[in-house]
Amino acid sequence: MSANETPVLGPVLSAQHVTKQFRVAGGHITAVDDVSVDFHAGKVLAVVGESGSGKSTLARMLLRLMPVTSGTITYLGKDVTNISGRQLRAYWRDVQAVFQDPFASFNQFFTVGNMLSRSLKLADSSAESNDELIERCLGYVGLKPADALRKYPHQLSGGQRQRVMVARALMMNPKVLLADEATSMLDASLRVSVLNVLTDLRRELGLTVLFITHDIGQACYLADEVVVMEHGLVVERGTTDQVIFSPQNDYTKRLLADVPDLKGSLKSRR
Amino acid sequence: MTNIQSNAVVAETEGPVAPVEPETPKAKARPAWRSLNFGPRLWVSVGIILVITLLAFVGPLFYPYGPDQKVGSIYDSPSAEHILGTENFGYDVIAVLMASTRNSLINGLLAGTLATFIGVLIGILAGYVGGWLEEALMGITNIVLAIPAIVILILISISLQSTNIPFLKGIAGLALVIGITSWPWTARAVRAQASSVATREHIDVAKLSGARTPGILVFDVLPYLASYVVMAWVLQLASAILAESTLSMLGLGVSGTNSLGMQLHWALAFQAVATGAWWAFLPPTIVLTLISFGFLYLQSSLDEVFNPRLRRGKKKNLAAAAKRREEAARKLAEQGDAVGVAA
Repeated sequence: MSANETPVLGPVLSAQHVTKQFRVAGGHITAVDDVSVDFHAGKVLAVVGESGSGKSTLARMLLRLMPVTSGTITYLGKDVTNISGRQLRAYWRDVQAVFQDPFASFNQFFTVGNMLSRSLKLADSSAESNDELIERCLGYVGLKPADALRKYPHQLSGGQRQRVMVARALMMNPKVLLADEATSMLDASLRVSVLNVLTDLRRELGLTVLFITHDIGQACYLADEVVVMEHGLVVERGTTDQVIFSPQNDYTKRLLADVPDLKGSLKSRR
Repeated sequence: MTNIQSNAVVAETEGPVAPVEPETPKAKARPAWRSLNFGPRLWVSVGIILVITLLAFVGPLFYPYGPDQKVGSIYDSPSAEHILGTENFGYDVIAVLMASTRNSLINGLLAGTLATFIGVLIGILAGYVGGWLEEALMGITNIVLAIPAIVILILISISLQSTNIPFLKGIAGLALVIGITSWPWTARAVRAQASSVATREHIDVAKLSGARTPGILVFDVLPYLASYVVMAWVLQLASAILAESTLSMLGLGVSGTNSLGMQLHWALAFQAVATGAWWAFLPPTIVLTLISFGFLYLQSSLDEVFNPRLRRGKKKNLAAAAKRREEAARKLAEQGDAVGVAA
C-alpha cells in the first residue's frame, strides 16, 4: 500500500458477531458461532483450529463467497455483508485470497498466462502495461514470466502453483490477503518458501494478511496476532506471544503440546 | 502430486480438446491426446458410422437409380440389375435406402444436437447456480420425464401435419419435436456433474478474478463437462434416430419424404412380411440396427477413452512389462548367485 493513502483508523476488515448455520437433515449445524475478528492494517492475523473448527467457513464469508446467516462484515467502515455485482467486484479488488489446494485452484484448461490475464479486468493497470503488471506480480513470488506464463498447471510443481496463485491475488493490488490453509498441501521445504513470500509481501507492500492454518507452529512463525477457534467458537485470542507463552484455554494448550518438538524428542530418546 | 497422477487427472477430464504447449519439454515428449486410449472398440464403432454415412451421402452420387425413379412394379425380386429388388411403389430399394439413411441421419443430428443443447443448458444452470433455480429447473425436468415421451411425440407430430408452416412440416419440424422432448436425461446427468464442478476451488478463484457467471459457465464449468457432453450427444443422436423411425413407422412421420421408419411403414402397409418380400423390410431394419449399435458402441468406447479407470491395458504393453520384470528378476538372481559363490 502506498504511503500517501489516508491512514485507516480502526480495523481494515472486520467481522462482527458472524454466524453461519448449515441446514442438514433434521436440524442445523453451526459452523461459525458469533465470531468477531478485526484485521488491522499491515498486520498478520492467524486463525488456528483443527479441521471442522469453522475457520475456512469464516474465510469464505469474509471473502463474500458464502452468505452469512447473521452478523455483519465491514470493510474500511462500510458494511459489505450484502453487496453484490459491481460493488462486490470492487471489494474483491481489495480483498483477495489464496486457497488450500494448489491443484484444484487452477482451471486446468488455462495456461498460467491466460489465468492471470483474466484478472486484468479487476486489476488496476493504469500505471503500467498489462505485461508489466503480470511480470511484476510474478516477480514478487520469485517466478520468471518467460518460464511460467505458457505452462499449464500440471506442468508446475505444487509450490510453483501456489506461488502463481499468490501472484494472481497480488495483481489486484489488494489490501487484504486471505491465505486459507495455503501451505497445508505443500511439503515442508516449499511451505517455508510460501511463508517467506507472505512475510516479504507484508513487509514490502504493507499487506494485511489473514493466515488460516491448523498448524499453530506456522502461525507463530508468521503472525502478529492469533485467534484460536474450536467448534465454530473463538476460544482464545491475543498477540502471538501471549497465546504461545501463556495460553489460557485448554484447547490452545493441547494444540501447543501437539507441535512436534525436535530437540525435546531427541533428548528424551537418549 | 506426482506427474503420473496429474497426467491421469488431466486425461480424465481434458479430452482430446486440450491444447498442448509444443515448446515445453514434457509436452514435446508426449502430447496429452496421445495418452488417451483409442482402443479397438472405438475404431470399430467409428468404422460402422463412417460406412453408413458414406452410404447415405456419397452412395447416391454413384448409384445409377434415384429414389423417386420408377424402375419396376411392386416387390420385384432381387436381380442383377436391382440387387435388393424394388419396393411397393416400384422404386429401387437400395436407392430409397440411401435416401432414407441420409434423412434419418440428418434428423438425428438436428434432434440430438438440439436435445443435447437444451439438456446441457438446463443442467449446467441448475447445477452451477443451485438454490431455487435448481429446484425449478429440475422440477420441470422431472415433469417432462414423467410424461411418456411417445404420447407427446405422437400428439405434436399429428398437430404439425396440419400446420401451414412449411418448415415445421419437413424433417426439421420432426427433429424439433424429438429434440424438445428428449433432453431431460441429459439435463439430469449434466446437473449432477456441474454441481460437483461448482464446488471446486477454481470457481472461487475465477470469481475473485472478476469473472461473471456466464464466463464462469463457459470457461470454468463447461470444459470440465466436455467428456460427458460428448457422450450424451452421441447417445442423443442414436435415440433421436430411433424415435424418428418409431414415429414414421407408425405413420406419423413426414409424408412424402424417405426415412428408414417410412420404409418400414410402407413395407408393413403393403404386406411385405406376409408376401415374403424380405428385401423391402430387412435392409432398413439392418441399417437402423447398425446405426444405433454404432452410436451406442461409440458412446461406451468414449467412456473408456475419457475415464482412465475403465481403461484396459494394451496386451502387448502388459506383455512387454512382464518381460522386463522377468529380466530384472533374472539379473537380480544372477547377482545373488554370484555373491553367493564369492562368499
